[in-house]
Amino acid sequence: MSALATPPQRLVDHFQSGLDAPICLTWELTYACNLACVHCLSSSGRRDPRELTTAECRSVIDELERMQVFYVNIGGGEPTVRKDFFELVDYATAHHVGVKFSTNGSRITPEVARRLAANDYVDVQISLDGATAEVNDAVRGAGSYDTALRAMENLAAAGMRGFKISVVVTRHNVGQLDDFKAIADRFDAQLRITRLRPSGRGADVWPELHPTAEQQRELYDWLVARGEDVLTGDSFFHLAAYGQALPGLNLCGAGRVVCLIDPVGDVYACPFAIHDAFLAGNVREPGGFAGVWRDSELFTELRGPQSGGACASCGHYDACRGGCMAAKFFTGLPLDGPDPECVLGHGEAALAALGEAPDVPRSAVDHSRKRPPARACDEDPLSDLTTPIDLVLHRG
Amino acid sequence: MFDVDGPWALAGQVALRPEPFGALAYHFGTRRLSFLKRPELVTVVRALADHASAREAITAAGIAAAEVPAYEAALARLAATDMIEPRGTEIR
Repeated sequence: MSALATPPQRLVDHFQSGLDAPICLTWELTYACNLACVHCLSSSGRRDPRELTTAECRSVIDELERMQVFYVNIGGGEPTVRKDFFELVDYATAHHVGVKFSTNGSRITPEVARRLAANDYVDVQISLDGATAEVNDAVRGAGSYDTALRAMENLAAAGMRGFKISVVVTRHNVGQLDDFKAIADRFDAQLRITRLRPSGRGADVWPELHPTAEQQRELYDWLVARGEDVLTGDSFFHLAAYGQALPGLNLCGAGRVVCLIDPVGDVYACPFAIHDAFLAGNVREPGGFAGVWRDSELFTELRGPQSGGACASCGHYDACRGGCMAAKFFTGLPLDGPDPECVLGHGEAALAALGEAPDVPRSAVDHSRKRPPARACDEDPLSDLTTPIDLVLHRG
Repeated sequence: MFDVDGPWALAGQVALRPEPFGALAYHFGTRRLSFLKRPELVTVVRALADHASAREAITAAGIAAAEVPAYEAALARLAATDMIEPRGTEIR
């Protein structure tokens, strides 16, 4: 082996023990959203009155620049409903923090698309969870397929090449992988397929929506055949136990190389772990984000040696590393045991052992909008005075 | 083709972040992340801009003769992924 191929310590060990700064991080800018997707990982809907102000967001960006965080994945909620959204995007890119943001496309007008296409440091990710309106809208709501496709047309017309089309893979859309690829090719876009996690409202629908064991195998074979042509956000590393690993770091980066900043400044280990158990601190604390990243007890623990627990004796542990922490936690499984979608079926068995109505942890953070009343007079006329009125939610 | 006798530099859209193992290189245009797994390679990459050729930059970094081919191969891979670029092509 060449000198360069034999570093003193494996790269993966460096990542496992954490870097001085994240490579990238997810930043949910608002809990407000004009959609109400059934699987929303952040249970978004209503804006939180404590959300970071423009000035606070700017100082977070200043910190990220100092730490040399390469880019942020901005999401929400629907981040573009923030009035200062483009101001913050421009501020980040002017300060050498690249931006990739996820959107349902509702605000990607031809004018906005032209603006985005002109900035090399901005990447856009349009969420689409069905290659047909029928499959997509069942999860993301009526009209959301047309909205997403219109946004893609606007981006393509503006000359934006290689934007991302982001698909959360479910039992109902896993058969449409080739169709998704065709849509991406049509717009000169890049397809991104990620895993459905039982996080946020996703916990309610995960049992019915997550791919079956057979579908998971088909998905793996499809992804292996596509190689680097299809992005996965490193979300399927638990499938590495089938044999060959998919492109990516293939490890859980939570608190080690990635993390989440939520709209109120809370820092969680990962975007799929909005729960007190994974809360490391808040960017409003005196040490700021850097202080939380470097010194939080939770992150220090995550960067320490991990026990394989029940998985330690499994021959595939080196490949899958026990899978996704959040997927285990929100399905009620122990963190040092198999992933609920363990390719050997150990997760399924563990879930079955929990019984019919297992006591699973729920996040206390929920900004879901209440369902509209069946009749106007069913609603307490005083309720508008006791709940925060949210003006940001009007459709643009 | 990577020309080891030509002038090279870190690409304008690439950020290099020091790490205990070497450095992370991120290209804002291609959004590719590369791992420079040796501090010596980071020294070479940073030195490219100050030398008439990549070969000179490798020599200046004090790389042992036996290891030079490995460093040339690493630079060729960085060139293939646009992390480094021939000098003079960059529009500033």
